[in-house]
Amino acid sequence: MKKIISFLLVLSLLFAGTGIFSSCSSDGENAKNRKLVICNWGEYICDSDEDGFFDVIKKFEEETGIEVEYLTAETNETLYSTMKAGGVNYDIIFPSDYMVQRMINEDMIAELDFENIPNFSNIIDRFKNPYYDPENKYTVPYFWGTVGIIYNTSMVSEEVNSWDILWSDQYPPNMILMFNNPRDAFAIALNKLGYSMNTVNEEQIKEAAEELKKQKFNFVMDEFFELMPSGGAAIGPYYAGDYLDVLQDNEDLAFVRPESGTNIFNDVMCVPAASKNKDLAEQFINFMLRADVGKCNTEYLGYSTPNQAVYDILDEDLKNSEVAYPSEIPETWEYFEVLPDKINDLMNELWVDIVSKNK
Amino acid sequence: MKSKKLLFPYTVWMAIFVVIPLFMVLYYAFTDKSGAFTLENLQYIPKHLPIYWDSLKVALISTAICLILAYPLALIMANMKASMQRMMNMLIMLPMWMNFILRICAWVIILRPNGILDSILGVFGFGPNTIYHTTTAIVIGVVYNYLPFMVLPIYTSVSKISRSVIEAGEDLGCNSFNVLRRIILPMSIPGIVTGITMVFVPAASTFVISLRLGGYSLIGDTIDQYYKGGSFNMQAGSMLSLVLMVIILISMAIMNRFDNGEDAGIV
Repeated sequence: MKKIISFLLVLSLLFAGTGIFSSCSSDGENAKNRKLVICNWGEYICDSDEDGFFDVIKKFEEETGIEVEYLTAETNETLYSTMKAGGVNYDIIFPSDYMVQRMINEDMIAELDFENIPNFSNIIDRFKNPYYDPENKYTVPYFWGTVGIIYNTSMVSEEVNSWDILWSDQYPPNMILMFNNPRDAFAIALNKLGYSMNTVNEEQIKEAAEELKKQKFNFVMDEFFELMPSGGAAIGPYYAGDYLDVLQDNEDLAFVRPESGTNIFNDVMCVPAASKNKDLAEQFINFMLRADVGKCNTEYLGYSTPNQAVYDILDEDLKNSEVAYPSEIPETWEYFEVLPDKINDLMNELWVDIVSKNK
Repeated sequence: MKSKKLLFPYTVWMAIFVVIPLFMVLYYAFTDKSGAFTLENLQYIPKHLPIYWDSLKVALISTAICLILAYPLALIMANMKASMQRMMNMLIMLPMWMNFILRICAWVIILRPNGILDSILGVFGFGPNTIYHTTTAIVIGVVYNYLPFMVLPIYTSVSKISRSVIEAGEDLGCNSFNVLRRIILPMSIPGIVTGITMVFVPAASTFVISLRLGGYSLIGDTIDQYYKGGSFNMQAGSMLSLVLMVIILISMAIMNRFDNGEDAGIV
């Protein structure tokens, strides 16, 4: 009997709780009861309340009264397959260039109404009409960046200027990181071998797979943020913007882009074709393009902004950073392009094999 | 009549969340990307046999370790004061209140280079530890994660054994080792079998633990990669899941046979 009573008590508590919440939202301004669902990458928006920063999502909610559900995905590939599998209702996603190109090709992205996004005029001209969206109908650039080698100078004393260091046997193997997704990892191996990151030559891709098998890597994505600054890893390829972020936690970290070339990318904001809240999404995109919001995100994250109004008011140190804003962009820096399905399948199968043998 | 009506919600639940997904797996395993019937996906099985073997090995070792750790613990627990038993129960369940991924991340921080274990070993002049990114690390993760599922069923079955049966054995001249071997052990077989099943099945299909702690992928991670990787190959993923299910079914059938046999022996 006691048990039944306590069970009922717990149950009533639960319902009381939900009752409070639901009454809250119905009394709020958002009478339409629509929610904006955002799916971003981890650590890819300012969520800090420290000096000079503000929580961007919270600010948007306060200013507009629109309720936001904020989710993250780990890689472009996960985002793609989650959307393909259905059952998700994202209103805004942040895919990279090659992935949004693939999504546009497969009719997964809605055309934007740029009348609702007046702040688009802040975008620097060279980021308009990019190769993945030649008429600029679907996407608004969020950040751009490059991949480089990040290493801990307290553990690595030699000069680093090529991908070869990732295959070095001078370090305990699990101290060397590698991207835990086929596209980025293959790109590094392909570039090391002197091939294009966008190759569709199966022999070259198989050769790259053999290259990746030669080292016992620690395959990570967002774990990078824990491993690199804490000394849990000595060397690893990652994004320039994240280097500036982890540098604040550990001053021994250094960043270098290999002479043989690297990957340069744009990440965009866009609206999935299935979204029912395109107008709210456009309102959010416009908000993100505002100078103050962009400054907050850019200074917090360290990624490179394609937004002139934001760049103009950035901290001088960041503005002059070779890491974030390289003075020249050599031809060896390649943007990813969409690969044919057959090549994606091949890469994925080789990848499964690589990771399962990484003992 | 009444009892059948009460079964209705669960039947609906089963249909939606168990039976339909099973058929979907079956459907994808034997179709190609356009939806036409094909046996082509069978080609994925031989390619991944070594990964199945790795996974089974990890599952078997982890289950054995769980059993060795859990059985004495369950016996000791069953003989404790009631209040102590409740507290022990609580302590065993407590970690499960935390998110699974969070607990694995904690293990990474313990085992990784220059992690917590290394700094403790460093104080005594040992280290660095070499556990991170080995099969041992996966086994540690799996045992840590699934140990409660072994302890609780064994504890339940041991504590149900009537005190008088044990006393009768002692009266008839059994020493304590024989009491354990001839009375407690046989009578706790149902608990052991449940425990083994509840550890072995999730251990065989485990993922995240393997990649994060062991550095390489087992069959769970591989299936995940087929579903979530850029190629979105649900067909391959489904075929591999299907094979895993068959392997687990066979293992469970073997276990259950063992269970029934022993039960008959007791009666």
